[in-house]
Amino acid sequence: MSLLEVEDLQVSFSTPDGILRAVRGMSFSVEQGETLGIVGESGSGKSVSTQSIVGLTEGARVSGQARFEGRDLLTMGDRGLRRIRGAEIGMIFQDPLSSLHPHYRVGWQIVEMIRAHEPVSKKQARLRAIELLGLVGIPAPESRVHDYPHQFSGGMRQRAMIAMALALNPKLLIADEPTTALDVTVQAQIITLIKRLQQEFGTAVIMITHDLGVIADIADRVVVMYAGKPMEYADKRTLYHQPHHPYTEGLIGSLPQTGGRGRPLKSIPGMPPSMVQVPRGCAFHPRCGYVMDRCLDAEPPIREVHGGIDHRSACWLPPEAVGRRTDDSALAAQSARRHGGDAVIEPASAAQESTPA
Amino acid sequence: MTRQVAGEPASQVVAEPLLQLTDVVKHFPLRSSGMLAGKREYLRAVDGVSLEVRRGETLGLVGETGCGKSTLARCITRLYELTSGTVSFGSADISRLSARRLRPYRRKMQMVFQDPYGSLNPRRRVGSIIADPFAANGLAKGAERKRKVQELMELVGLNPEHYNRFPAEFSGGQRQRIGLARALALRPEVVVCDEPVSALDVSIQAQIINLLAELQDKLGLTYIFIAHDLSVVRHASDRIAVMYLGRIVEIADTEDLFTRPRHPYTKALLSAAPTPDPDLVNDAERIVLTGEVPSPVRPPSGCRFHPRCPRAQSRCHVEDPVLESKNIDEGDRAVACHFPLADGESMMPELKEPS
Amino acid sequence: MTLTPPATAEAAAARVEPAAVDTIEGRSPWQLAFVRLRHDRVAVGSSAVICLIVLLAVLAPVVAHLLGHGPNQQFRTTGLSAEGIPVGPGSTFLFGTDDLGRDVLVRVLYGARISLLVGVVASGLAVVLGVIIGLAAGYFSGAVDTVLSRFMDVVLSLPYLIFAIALVSLLGPSLMVSVAVIAFFSWASVGRIVRGQVLSIKEKEFVEAARSVGAGHLRIMFVDILPNVLAPTIVYATMLIPLSIVFESTLSFLGIGVLPPTATWGNMLSESIAYYRVAWWFVAFPGLALLITTMAFNLLGDCVRDAFDPRGNRLFVAVED
Repeated sequence: MSLLEVEDLQVSFSTPDGILRAVRGMSFSVEQGETLGIVGESGSGKSVSTQSIVGLTEGARVSGQARFEGRDLLTMGDRGLRRIRGAEIGMIFQDPLSSLHPHYRVGWQIVEMIRAHEPVSKKQARLRAIELLGLVGIPAPESRVHDYPHQFSGGMRQRAMIAMALALNPKLLIADEPTTALDVTVQAQIITLIKRLQQEFGTAVIMITHDLGVIADIADRVVVMYAGKPMEYADKRTLYHQPHHPYTEGLIGSLPQTGGRGRPLKSIPGMPPSMVQVPRGCAFHPRCGYVMDRCLDAEPPIREVHGGIDHRSACWLPPEAVGRRTDDSALAAQSARRHGGDAVIEPASAAQESTPA
Repeated sequence: MTRQVAGEPASQVVAEPLLQLTDVVKHFPLRSSGMLAGKREYLRAVDGVSLEVRRGETLGLVGETGCGKSTLARCITRLYELTSGTVSFGSADISRLSARRLRPYRRKMQMVFQDPYGSLNPRRRVGSIIADPFAANGLAKGAERKRKVQELMELVGLNPEHYNRFPAEFSGGQRQRIGLARALALRPEVVVCDEPVSALDVSIQAQIINLLAELQDKLGLTYIFIAHDLSVVRHASDRIAVMYLGRIVEIADTEDLFTRPRHPYTKALLSAAPTPDPDLVNDAERIVLTGEVPSPVRPPSGCRFHPRCPRAQSRCHVEDPVLESKNIDEGDRAVACHFPLADGESMMPELKEPS
Repeated sequence: MTLTPPATAEAAAARVEPAAVDTIEGRSPWQLAFVRLRHDRVAVGSSAVICLIVLLAVLAPVVAHLLGHGPNQQFRTTGLSAEGIPVGPGSTFLFGTDDLGRDVLVRVLYGARISLLVGVVASGLAVVLGVIIGLAAGYFSGAVDTVLSRFMDVVLSLPYLIFAIALVSLLGPSLMVSVAVIAFFSWASVGRIVRGQVLSIKEKEFVEAARSVGAGHLRIMFVDILPNVLAPTIVYATMLIPLSIVFESTLSFLGIGVLPPTATWGNMLSESIAYYRVAWWFVAFPGLALLITTMAFNLLGDCVRDAFDPRGNRLFVAVED
């Protein structure tokens, strides 16, 4: 049994402009001790999908299933969730200032957090807080425990948040863009810290980020989200080297590559759709370079593709068509041929060149 | 004075200095703390920066939060008054010019801002925002102005018919295009881009970076490109200056800097940057700097990087290194370090300080 | 549109990027606020009431002519009982009469003219003065700000009634003096609001952008900053009108505003207090007029604030048309 199993999660909000369907059928699972990366751009629904699982999306309509060790989080109600949140599922966010209360000392907040879930004395809890702050690399934790959040720098606050998230030794840590607001050197410190703690305690991690560099560093398996849906599932090597979905391909192509100076980046044209009016068919089709007739009205299901073990993608391209980005000329030839022809897809030449992992 | 920038092909670009910064200093006075009327404290945002920007190049400026890169950008464009030092445009010192005499130079130096939401006035129509440079300088009236604005919109890839819309109706990437159109209205020679893509999504980032490159070719622009994302800077820049606590610690050609960093800070910064390729991620080579950037109000003595530098020796505590070319270097680069790294040298100090 | 090769898709996409919205001309924040106002029942209702009051005030001479009762005309025989007590509402005097046998209805309508005039003119003066001074104080920080802010503080801390009495006794009561006194004691609060707004707006990058293209101080102040402080100012101005109306009534009530026999609501209330036991209409109608007018303006002010509230604006999803 997986630690967390999410199936067909749907989250929608009602706005003055209509129903905003933030998540439109998200499924994923996290195993004990592994790191699952969820990548996507702003508005892709990557944060909402995890927030809704732990009951942090107020006013949203949530449906689907999210089984944490067999218990369905979506139906257990607020009291049950409160017991799980913090104790069994720890969370860190992009902006630690918004999750640390500005008027209370950092140590006190950790102490309260521990005591809310475990019957320990204040003194024990305090010692634990100091130990935790030391563990996450805050110098002189005995004195810093008395500080207020504003006396911490950005990186230290994120460390304090991690200390708090790990205080009760949770089985799962949800990290929602934990390094986005930080400088690279501090980001490296935090990622190293998360990795170290994960090894030490065997915590499973869901890393939500827009940064493929962070994913390459920390994730084992990756889900790529676009317009509220998962587009591709793969282990990270397959994802980087043999992506199947054109969106993944575009995302990786958008990154400046070493040695690519002076050449234009392969950007994805257009912009993400409004989640109130999601395009018909495949949500990515208006921006897709491989768009075919059937993409316009039939939404592609998630299917197995041939990149690696458990490699799945929601695209009508043939399952063999993985790893196109390694060969630009094949890609150009392929699309030129298609441009003249019709929606019939023959096994493309790129597919033959790709090597299954 | 009336150089036709647009007509010049990019290939003829020569390495003449277009902008020359000499010992630029910008200190912000802090409110004196408490009742004790002690010495007034200053935030030393930029603390002695000298560099030159060559015609037609893209000079990247990287560094972490608070290193002074954005302040430096605003000193160059004279949005801030310098505390000391000079900025010369061509042969003219523009650092002390009055607002009126500065005007002709303002037209040649424009800026693109980081925040696609904050940098456009939400209450004004896009056409009038882009026309701002004309209106402020009393140029191109009436129908001509409208035509020019629409040309600019076309140039940056916006639909010229959306002239009468408001900024709120555009996405982040489109807003950055609007900001770029405004910056290009007066046909500037230098465009200072202050983190132009860091607020954008990856796929949109690439569009804007490509657009910037395309415009540089088309209009023969010189860029000062500020970013904290090293891969973006690497892609966009010809030369890169690395800043730390208000100083430039290293300046070199892009590939030299990335392949053979000399300053320990540069090396640490490069190794900390996430690599978007799982096969290249190598924890063993990652140098995780300890501690955080010290306060620019009271920077450390000697070399400002010494409290975090694994190579620091006693000399580094007292003696401030100057930015100069070292004899280990053949090319056109400079580093401010007493013990610069040789090619491929590891960060840990092997050499002992000569007694 | 079947298949698009990536290379041309990219080039084309730059031009077709705004896929969601297809209107050529955007609606300004003002238009959006106005649309929201139009959909707000309270706003529509209070605007209707205000329009009605304005209409009645404008038509006051017509009503007086139709009834044949001048505003200061005393009907000693028909308008007062044998004991000299005012006559209650009836067919001749719809709202009854006052202590001198004058028609309360006609006088309330004439009072509306003074109240609205003073309210609008004084508030307008106060807003113009407050915006200019607040804008200058916020934009030019430093010495200019210190001097102007202290001046605003002084004005706000003056015990205004005592000062108003002193000023009026110096200049003599009149309509002009009332307007001047009200404007003088109201502009500083507008100035403070504007200054605060300007302080935050001038830090925005678009102000920096305006400076970087070479815009001068006046252009930045009036083209870039002013439109952004106008919304809160308009809200405050709407709230200031009823305050000014009440202020004027207070002055008149105290006998230092518009002098009798000119009908104002304050004057009428002042004259009526001796009669409230025997002639309720004498107090009730001017009081009610004052209440309804100020209520209508206050409600409208609330709605205007809601209409400008950015929360309604934040979710930018282009579904309109």
